[in-house]
Amino acid sequence: MVDSSSAALAIRGLVKAYVRGKPVLNGITLDIASNGITAIIGPSGTGKSTLIRCINRLVEPTSGDIVFEGRNLVTLNRSDLRAARRQIGMVFQEYNLVERLTVMENVLSGRLGYVSPLKAWLRKFPSSDVNDAYALLETVGLTAQAHARADALSGGQRQRVGIARALMQRPKLLLADEPTSSLDPKTSVEIMTLMRDQSSARGIPAIVNIHNVELARRFATRIVGLSGGAVVFDDSPGALNDAHLKQIYGGESWLDGGAG
Amino acid sequence: MSSEAVVGVVDREWQRYSIGERIARFAVYIAIVAAVVLSIRSVEVIPDFILDAPEQVVDLLKRMWPPDVASYPQEIHAALLDSLHIATVGTAFGVLMALPFGFLAARNVTPWPWLNWVARLVLIATRSVNTLVFALFFVAVFGPGALAGTLAIAFHSIGFVGRLFSEALENTSPGPIEALRAAGAPSASVISFGYWPQVVPAFWSLVLFRWDINVRESIVLGLVGAGGVGMALDNALNLFQWTRVSMILLAILGVVIAAEIAVTYIRKRVI
Repeated sequence: MVDSSSAALAIRGLVKAYVRGKPVLNGITLDIASNGITAIIGPSGTGKSTLIRCINRLVEPTSGDIVFEGRNLVTLNRSDLRAARRQIGMVFQEYNLVERLTVMENVLSGRLGYVSPLKAWLRKFPSSDVNDAYALLETVGLTAQAHARADALSGGQRQRVGIARALMQRPKLLLADEPTSSLDPKTSVEIMTLMRDQSSARGIPAIVNIHNVELARRFATRIVGLSGGAVVFDDSPGALNDAHLKQIYGGESWLDGGAG
Repeated sequence: MSSEAVVGVVDREWQRYSIGERIARFAVYIAIVAAVVLSIRSVEVIPDFILDAPEQVVDLLKRMWPPDVASYPQEIHAALLDSLHIATVGTAFGVLMALPFGFLAARNVTPWPWLNWVARLVLIATRSVNTLVFALFFVAVFGPGALAGTLAIAFHSIGFVGRLFSEALENTSPGPIEALRAAGAPSASVISFGYWPQVVPAFWSLVLFRWDINVRESIVLGLVGAGGVGMALDNALNLFQWTRVSMILLAILGVVIAAEIAVTYIRKRVI
């Protein structure tokens, strides 16, 4: 559905096998447009997380190509990979903040790819970064907590810090691995709203793994259904019906009285 | 009468250990008894000396009383401070030398197994050589005095501090590390922003713990000429100045208790 030449990210024949001969991802091919939220849904263990982690090579792909900003991420050496990762922000299910550092330090850690280790150690970040960090904290509503330690925050607040840290990279692509799975329903909606607003305000695409089909329908501009390590659905949220859900998750008893 | 309710059901036997396990346990008991008997034989306890012991202790205590308080300001105080300085500077140097080996020995920080093993070998080697052995070595190299004692403390501390530090590193949560790597942070920044904040409490706690141990070790070091209050104790013992010996022992007790209190306080307040 996307013209490959205008894609922000092009995944071609991506295979990942943790155990030889038992691929978790079985030749995924996807083009991600330069804006909008792509939600990836699918049952547990089907490789959603593996797919998103293959993009920035937190997990090493077994084969296939991932083209981002004109370069194939799969073949980059260590230092080129680091340079590429600086342009890809990532948000995690468990927030992955450094608990004993302050909110401000956690947000600024999004700039570590650009600041020398010595300056980072001395906490001498460029003033443009500090200004950005304060602006981001205001955006996510945590100005008052700037000097609080990350472990003093609630789950929703921590995820806001996680998002601020990712945006601090001034990324060209946002990845989110189950960003709402550890949060209550109300906070989940707030977090997804924040992600959608920031994605559109900055004109960057986001790829979001998500359990919750309702949230995916509500916030995504495109839904990709994974099952058995392959794409079985790829269309706009409006096109997703019960037959598709049955195909993605298997069975149908869980659909009763649900999405309908 | 309730047992009649299960008439027709054969009582089933249950035993905690199988026959093989019971034989094995019995063999272990036999082995323990045999080891104790053999050890007592080889120690060659002389019964007369044991019977004589209480009398000797009382006699010694009488000669030690009252402690020679006047000797404290003259020479014991300075020697005691020497010991504390040896312990403190030795701990500081030991920790500085231990940190790199700790980072190299932690498998998650240093992903090259051969480096892990080299670092671990250094840690095991320094830990298995007793402080007194190091002291004898450094006394031979640098001559008797505080320098030899300080180096002995420092080198023996490497293994202890390095090992526990590398374990603390290996117990860090991998999530934040992954997040920093995903942001394109270089390894040095991953260490300073990801690993270091997670191990800071463990680090200070084990530095304090090691300092506490080193205070006690620095006292003994004087016995082999490596400076400190142990040297004064050795002199007093050799000259049979028992009242001075008791004064030194009391001073040592005071310092050890003070160190313990200080460490407990700092641990509670700061860590």
